[in-house]
Amino acid sequence: MFDQLQTLIWIIIKITVIVLPLLILVAYVTYAERKVIGYIQVRVGPNRVGLKGLLQPFADLIKLVFKEIVVPSRSNPYLFIIAPILSLVPALIAWAVVPFSDGLVLSNINAGVLFLFAVSSLSVYGVLVAGWASNSKYAMFGALRSAAQTVSYEIAMGFSLVGVLMAAGSMNLSQIVAAQSGGIWQWYFLPLLPLFVVFWISGIAETNRAPFDLVEGESEIVAGFHVEYSGVGFALFFLAEYASMVLISVLLSLFFLGGWLSPFEGIPGIEKLFAWIPGFAWLFIKTAFFLFVYIWIRATFPRYRYDQLMRLGWKVLIPVTLVWIAVLGILIKCHCPPWFAI
Amino acid sequence: MTEIRNYTLNFGPQHPAAHGVLRLILELDGEVIVRADPHIGLLHRATEKLAETKPFNQSIGYMDRLDYVSMMANEHGYVLAIEKLLGITPPIRAQYIRVMFDEITRVLNHLLWLGATALDIGAMTVFLYCFREREDLFDCYEAVSGARMHATYYRPGGVYRDLPNKMPQYQPSRWHNEKQVDAMNANREGSLLDFIWAFTERFPKCVDEYETLLTDNRIWKQRTVNIGVVPPERAIQLGFTGPMLRGSGVEWDLRKKQPYEVYDQIDFSIPVGVNGDCYDRYLVRVEELRQSNRIIRQCVEWLRANPGPVVINDHKIVPPRRQEMKDDMESLIHHFKLFTEGYSVPAGEAYAAVEAPKGEFGVYLVSDGANKPYRLKVRAPGFSHLAALDEMVRGHMLADAVAILASQDIVFGEIDR
Repeated sequence: MFDQLQTLIWIIIKITVIVLPLLILVAYVTYAERKVIGYIQVRVGPNRVGLKGLLQPFADLIKLVFKEIVVPSRSNPYLFIIAPILSLVPALIAWAVVPFSDGLVLSNINAGVLFLFAVSSLSVYGVLVAGWASNSKYAMFGALRSAAQTVSYEIAMGFSLVGVLMAAGSMNLSQIVAAQSGGIWQWYFLPLLPLFVVFWISGIAETNRAPFDLVEGESEIVAGFHVEYSGVGFALFFLAEYASMVLISVLLSLFFLGGWLSPFEGIPGIEKLFAWIPGFAWLFIKTAFFLFVYIWIRATFPRYRYDQLMRLGWKVLIPVTLVWIAVLGILIKCHCPPWFAI
Repeated sequence: MTEIRNYTLNFGPQHPAAHGVLRLILELDGEVIVRADPHIGLLHRATEKLAETKPFNQSIGYMDRLDYVSMMANEHGYVLAIEKLLGITPPIRAQYIRVMFDEITRVLNHLLWLGATALDIGAMTVFLYCFREREDLFDCYEAVSGARMHATYYRPGGVYRDLPNKMPQYQPSRWHNEKQVDAMNANREGSLLDFIWAFTERFPKCVDEYETLLTDNRIWKQRTVNIGVVPPERAIQLGFTGPMLRGSGVEWDLRKKQPYEVYDQIDFSIPVGVNGDCYDRYLVRVEELRQSNRIIRQCVEWLRANPGPVVINDHKIVPPRRQEMKDDMESLIHHFKLFTEGYSVPAGEAYAAVEAPKGEFGVYLVSDGANKPYRLKVRAPGFSHLAALDEMVRGHMLADAVAILASQDIVFGEIDR
């Protein structure tokens, strides 16, 4: 009995250690986004609250928390309140299987990829329920678009993961990273380049970010599914969006860029020079790179139209993944060096 | 059995893409628009009626506020109509100044249009780049009239005053130190004309910059090519003017077809589209930015070389100089009469039109010989464009409606008046 309690407390401590820094990171991703887009757009971005505006995310949070929660008339109040929670929780649960460094993972399960995939599909329910419960036509449009978008891009994403599984021969995230060890040319972004690109694009679409932000398409359906939300409800949706952005970036680094592995591995001389950097830092740098590209893309591209988005998903991305899975099968069967030379 | 009905969506008046206060009732079949019903009148300020109660000159400022993105072009139409009734012609220097500021206004308008359209289609950075350049042009407005937007600069018989010899400069403050201020004042050492010249030097490069972000962008093209197509015959039937008509491939520009002021002495070309879709209208407007730049350069060159009066010397219409009033009884009387009751315009009617950035901006003026107009009617280009919205968006998707609306360059100040 006491043993079980101890384990439980230990797990809760571990969860706190993961979730708290994660939420702070998410807060600073919003800050980074505003700063980076600011500089891209010849502005300075937030610079009033705290040094260089560093306290801005907390000022925003405090503002949102103290705002009144307005429940629209003739909406379904229970679903309306539960929807933001439904969308934030899957975005956080997924972190349970993410390894931050060698052995540094909350639950090292063998079906990690499957778990991730299942959980990330759940987040669409938050959006759907929010859109339906709001009793607003704009929100309804947002929810419908979101359902269609997530379903189509999930497939492309799933297929590109199949490629990773084939290459690594495991569903355990730590083992997938371990399979990429042995230098930068062993990372899967080279043999799986088309899948890497497809996963990247689908990841952007999956998190409803520009140029696939139809779900909240500002100029068409105002804010989409969260048009009726204010205060904490809005803050939760916001957190969920950015948490899944960070998640997709981490997954991209884990699956295709060798996770916590140093890029200088196997290069004599330089490898020693950078050996003191912990694996965690490499993962962070890779994640930061993908997050930066997220922001960069948002500042640059116009938005896709609904049917064009579907066309891209079904007619371009899915065929590409299917073809490359076949190619990959042949490469593995023939033990094509340097990646599959065993 | 339940009846299947289309989804009715109330688009606006509070909507980020409604360009002001458009209320659009959309009937949607899924995402496809079956019917669009624009409701107007939410920005009605009775400009035409107000003008009937004021001396002629006092309504010039109201014209700025019609199409509040192309201020001086509206003033121009109104002032031209009064001049037609009075039978006066402004001095040649005033005509060049008017042409120069008309083109500055066109650049202002098209920059706002480009930024807002890009924002509507999702490319948000172009908006801020456009506003960076607009800022300089607002400074030109400010230098010449004291106001950054609603200038009230044109007068029947010329313009209010000559171009300043010195461009106003920034002063160091808590926010900008000496060094930053020097950088900000880099182009402001000389006269207003030098400042405008420096702008025209760098502006083509800025247009290239906008174009790299949009013109060949695949997403931009997917969103605009073959969207909202209007064939040339239909465009004429619908009463389109300006870039909307030229985008459909009809070469019609009042600056060439019925030249006013000194447009016949200036070298520029009219861009026309081929397909009449949103993309063509975009290309036409971007090319107009470059052509306007050319016109501004020619005007600056002429204005530098030819000083002279900028307003006619008839004190029945134009107030005398302050200096003359001090020791000349007659001037004092003129001044008093002009600023109390204004001037009377001979009975008659006149229609004057200018090629405003959005199309043909016309003013129809009826005078009964009093010091106020008997009736003023404004022909706003945006009105007939908006009237064609239903026809243009039918069968397109919701996102296309936003693109089409943006491509019409709608401003409610002139439509509701």
